[in-house]
Order: sequence, then structure tokens, then C-alpha cells
Amino acid sequence: MTPLLTCKQFLDELSDYLDEKTDAGLRKKLEDHISECPNCWVICDTTKKTIQIYRGMDPYPIPSEIHTRLMSALELKMARKT
Amino acid sequence: MSAMSSPIEIDDEAAIVAQARLGDAKAFSELLRRYEGKIFRLALHITQNREDAEDVLQEAFLKAYEHLDQFQGQSKFYTWIVRIAVNQALMKLRKRKSDRSVSLDETIDTGEDTVAREIAAWDENPEQQYSREEINEILSSAIDGLAPIYRAVFVLRDVDDLSTEETAEALELSVPAVKSRLLRARLQLRDKLTRYFKRKGDDAFAYM
Repeated sequence: MTPLLTCKQFLDELSDYLDEKTDAGLRKKLEDHISECPNCWVICDTTKKTIQIYRGMDPYPIPSEIHTRLMSALELKMARKT
Repeated sequence: MSAMSSPIEIDDEAAIVAQARLGDAKAFSELLRRYEGKIFRLALHITQNREDAEDVLQEAFLKAYEHLDQFQGQSKFYTWIVRIAVNQALMKLRKRKSDRSVSLDETIDTGEDTVAREIAAWDENPEQQYSREEINEILSSAIDGLAPIYRAVFVLRDVDDLSTEETAEALELSVPAVKSRLLRARLQLRDKLTRYFKRKGDDAFAYM
């Protein structure tokens, strides 16, 4: 059996692991690590939830007065370009 | 300007951009409508100032309109306009913090900040304990607590859902630089959110 990764090695690969960008061999090593290391399991699980929560964030509605001022500025620019 | 009067019916961004390049005002307005909210949010997160963010938004779209002929069409329009907006936003930051330069490419400490400080399991659906407004406030202020170099990378990659490559292109960073910033941003946010979302009366070991 190959030695377990250290926590530092695990954390360095965490983003790619959560994005499913690691190859099968590395994935296996990372999964072996979290099955043995409760702290890294929690970090992995809560980082995954962090990403999920942000992905589900409401689209930012632009305040209407800011949209109106942007359109006016653009129309002015378009008129000048004509 | 001989704007074409045909309404845009097809949902094909390349076609809309092509029409806009021909001087179709409606086509450009459609691009603006699609992306103004995202650009404003990104500008707010980088500048952390509403007035500056509005300036950045206007400058980005006016510059994009002016230089639309320079847009090559190999990348997405959004990636291109993000690049313009980020440059404008960084200029604002530099002006305000004239004592030190602000760059997305500054070297970062690679040591301690990858180490998580608070390790505690979360509730299954932690966001359900809060109202929608409260959640939006918690999430936004957590992002605003990050350094500028992390904020832009995180918003583009994990809120706007751009790929690592698109984020690198938009921010003029290398792919490894985006990856290392993203990892740190995610871990720091996880740390900040743990304060709100951790399971009450529980800890990592009890959870295992």
C-alpha cells in the first residue's frame, strides 16, 4: 500500500478534487486520505458546501437607477459616434 | 448609423456580437442587458465602493462599445468585457490607495493561509437557517473579507461559473496562478462561513 498523503498534500489538491479534475490514481490517494483523516474529511465536505452555496447565489439585480444612467451614457456615446 | 431594425430572435451570442459590430444599437443593448448585473457585482466586490463600481460599469461598457472592432471573437464577449472592467476597477483601487500598488498578480504568501483554522462539521442544509437576504449578506460580506487578488478569481470562477482557463484569460493571470488563488479563496471562505453554518454543539471528531 502506498503511504497516505499528508494533510498539506491533500489540501493542495483539494480544488482539483472538488472540480473533478484529478486523474483516477490521485483521486484514489485523496479518498484514502479523507477516509483516515477526520479533519480533512470535514474540510473537504464544508469546502464543497461553500462552493455549492455560492453557485446557488441569487443573480445580482442591477439597481434600476444604475441601469438607467448606464443606458443614458451609452446613448450619448452612440449619438456622438453617428 | 444604419441600425438594422430586425429584432434579435436567435440566442446565439456570436451573431449578436456580429450585429453589434455592424452598428446595431439593439444588439449592443442586448449584450449590456445580459452582463450589466454581473459586471456591476464584480466591480462592487473589487472596489468595495458603490460609486466606483458604477463608474467601472459605465467605463467598461462604453470602452467595449468604442473598441468592439478589436474584439476578436475567439473568446466569449463576457470574458472580454470582464478584462476591461477588472482593469478599470484596479485603476480605481490604485487611485484610492495611492500609497501602495494594487495588482491581481502580486506574489502571495503560499504558506499558512492554506491551513484551515476552524474545523467543524456543518448542518446538512446550513443555509436554510437563514432568510434569503441574510444569506446574501453573509455570502457577500465573506467575499469582501478576502484580499482583492482572491475576490476577483473566486467571483468569476465559483459565482459566475467561468472555467479556470476563462478566468485566467479575463484576469490576465496564468492557469496555475488562478488555481492557487482559487484554492486559498475557497478555504478562507469556508473558514468564514463555518462561523455561521457549523452544527451546533458538535465538532469534527464527534461527527466521524
